[in-house]
Amino acid sequence: MSVFVNKESKVIFQGFTGEHASFHAQDAMSIGTNVVGGVTPGKGGTTHLGLPVFDTVAEAVAATGADVSGVFVPPPFNADALMEAIDAGIKVAVTIADGIPIHDMVRLQRYRLGRDAILIGPNSPGIITPGECKVGIMPSHIYEKGNIGIVSRSGTLNYEATEQMSALGIGISTSVGIGGDPINGTDFVTVLKAFESDPETEIVVMIGEIGGPQEVAAARWAQKNMSKPIVGFVAGVSAPPGRRMGHAGAIISSESDTASAKMDTMEALGLYVARNPAHIGQTVLQAMREHGIKA
Amino acid sequence: MNIHEYQAKELLKAYDVPVPVGGVAYSDKQAAQVAEDIGGSKWVVKAQIHAGGRGKAGGVKLVHSIDEVKKTADAMIGSTLFTHQTGPEGALVHRVWVEQASHIKKEFYLGLVIDRVTQRITVVASSEGGVDIEDIAKAAPEKIIKEVVDPAIGLRDFQCRKIATGIGLKGRLMPQAVKLMKSLYRCMRDKDALQIEINPLAIVSIGEEEKLLILDAKFNFDDNALYRQRGITDMRDLAEEDPKEVEASGHGLNYIALDGNIGCIVNGAGLAMASLDAITLHGGRPANFLDVGGGASPEKVTNACRIVLQDSNVKAILVNIFAGINRCDWIALGLIQACKHLQIKVPLVVRLAGTNVEEGRKILAESGLAFITAENLDTAAAKAVAIVKETVL
Repeated sequence: MSVFVNKESKVIFQGFTGEHASFHAQDAMSIGTNVVGGVTPGKGGTTHLGLPVFDTVAEAVAATGADVSGVFVPPPFNADALMEAIDAGIKVAVTIADGIPIHDMVRLQRYRLGRDAILIGPNSPGIITPGECKVGIMPSHIYEKGNIGIVSRSGTLNYEATEQMSALGIGISTSVGIGGDPINGTDFVTVLKAFESDPETEIVVMIGEIGGPQEVAAARWAQKNMSKPIVGFVAGVSAPPGRRMGHAGAIISSESDTASAKMDTMEALGLYVARNPAHIGQTVLQAMREHGIKA
Repeated sequence: MNIHEYQAKELLKAYDVPVPVGGVAYSDKQAAQVAEDIGGSKWVVKAQIHAGGRGKAGGVKLVHSIDEVKKTADAMIGSTLFTHQTGPEGALVHRVWVEQASHIKKEFYLGLVIDRVTQRITVVASSEGGVDIEDIAKAAPEKIIKEVVDPAIGLRDFQCRKIATGIGLKGRLMPQAVKLMKSLYRCMRDKDALQIEINPLAIVSIGEEEKLLILDAKFNFDDNALYRQRGITDMRDLAEEDPKEVEASGHGLNYIALDGNIGCIVNGAGLAMASLDAITLHGGRPANFLDVGGGASPEKVTNACRIVLQDSNVKAILVNIFAGINRCDWIALGLIQACKHLQIKVPLVVRLAGTNVEEGRKILAESGLAFITAENLDTAAAKAVAIVKETVL
């Protein structure tokens, strides 16, 4: 099982011949990802990393049966590339691009109405099911197979949590980075739902940031609908209000979207909360013990 | 990116949105000339800074003679305004906007934002204008009208009429309101604005007639779309921004100055925030937020060190890198370069993890330089805080 991607996934990369796509396609293959080819307009008919290159996603899908795409296309052209992927029948599109204009995202989200493709990102580290499939930019060697699902806005904080768990002998079922932009293709709730119905996931770690209502909405949804324990953390307790902290989405606009307020609400709703970013792993361990879950 | 009120009004005028007749002035003489050119008997002189709260700080004055325009402009230009948004250092006034004073009958609030929940442009309006919309949202949320725009069909006339009715605009003002809102929507979409705030939108009387007029406007543009917005980029006023932040963005670094004494160099916004949190939880105070981003070259890391060290409060630097798309060996080389070129006197606490971590650690160890290494986030923050406590005592 796992969530969204697994060893059955047939993966292509858009912007395949670029530096980052090449590096991470190779890394993905090294952990067993079934990469079937890539797309770079103008380079169709050639081969790259021993795999076929196509001019369009439609051609790639027709020839390889690809159903997952890692979109490594520069931000100004990324929304268009995502629409192309969805149009061609890709089921899971992952975009790592940091800097897609927000109006492009508004139009893209409108385009997705009535089309059932899953979009992960933008400004995301991607998704990884350890030992099966990686579509993204995370250092795959830190992810060990296990029973903990991770969903985070931040990439590097996702790595941080993974390493803390790994040091305690705890592994990951699937890790999903939904991205640090104000508009993301997939929200926390969608990923929580997927983890709830995934038999391989026993606990979910949810890592949020200051700004926006998503973490609290997800915690409220979880309280009503989830049987699996959740460990929450929200970065930015020390962030000053009104300043954008790197991620376009990370700006405190009201009293209720500070990190402390979000963690208070999570706690009140019965989630485990790590108040210190260095204690995410320990808090997962505590949740495992209290629920009789083994690593 | 933000712009000045005078630029906002000029932009709105190009979209046929009604704004007061006025002009920008860089000197008292020029201000008097503007007032004479636009005519009338009453004028408003408004200091042009990006920060809000100018009225209460004495940055907006109603005057009744050309001589008064001149005196007021003279007092404002070159002065420093302190508002709740400028911070303790205040904002230096380089120019004023002079406009005809309006006879205001009623004020409203009108805003266009990109709502994170609906992921669409949303028009927000209230019958209470001239005050903070956040205050209205708390005190009287029923006075806030919202209308969500489908990007495929744009803002429709009937939606504008709904908003207008909702805030009490009727009769002859209705078609004016519809035209104004649709123009604002087009402007927001065409110019890649993240937010347009009209506060206040006013009913003014001109003789017997009443009409709608925009008295103040704030724009915030999407930095990620500036590559396709030449005209907007040209309006950027670097004097309104922190010079260290401007320099950092020129190097592709995201830097925000804070008031503590532990400099921070981290990759990724989330981990950067968490590093500041960890420092704070250990009883320390971060001097800055700095995200080196992805694929950081040794040169970028050197630049990051230089920018952090421009803050003389910095007593130690915490480097926390969890490399995914980055490479720890490049980060290590950058730190060594920085130590050699910048003669760094403060201790550096370095935590490396992720891609090429072994190479990175080896490079640091073999450099012969006195890096203080840490295995994880917790010990890195603890070490940085402990060092600063020692130096301060």
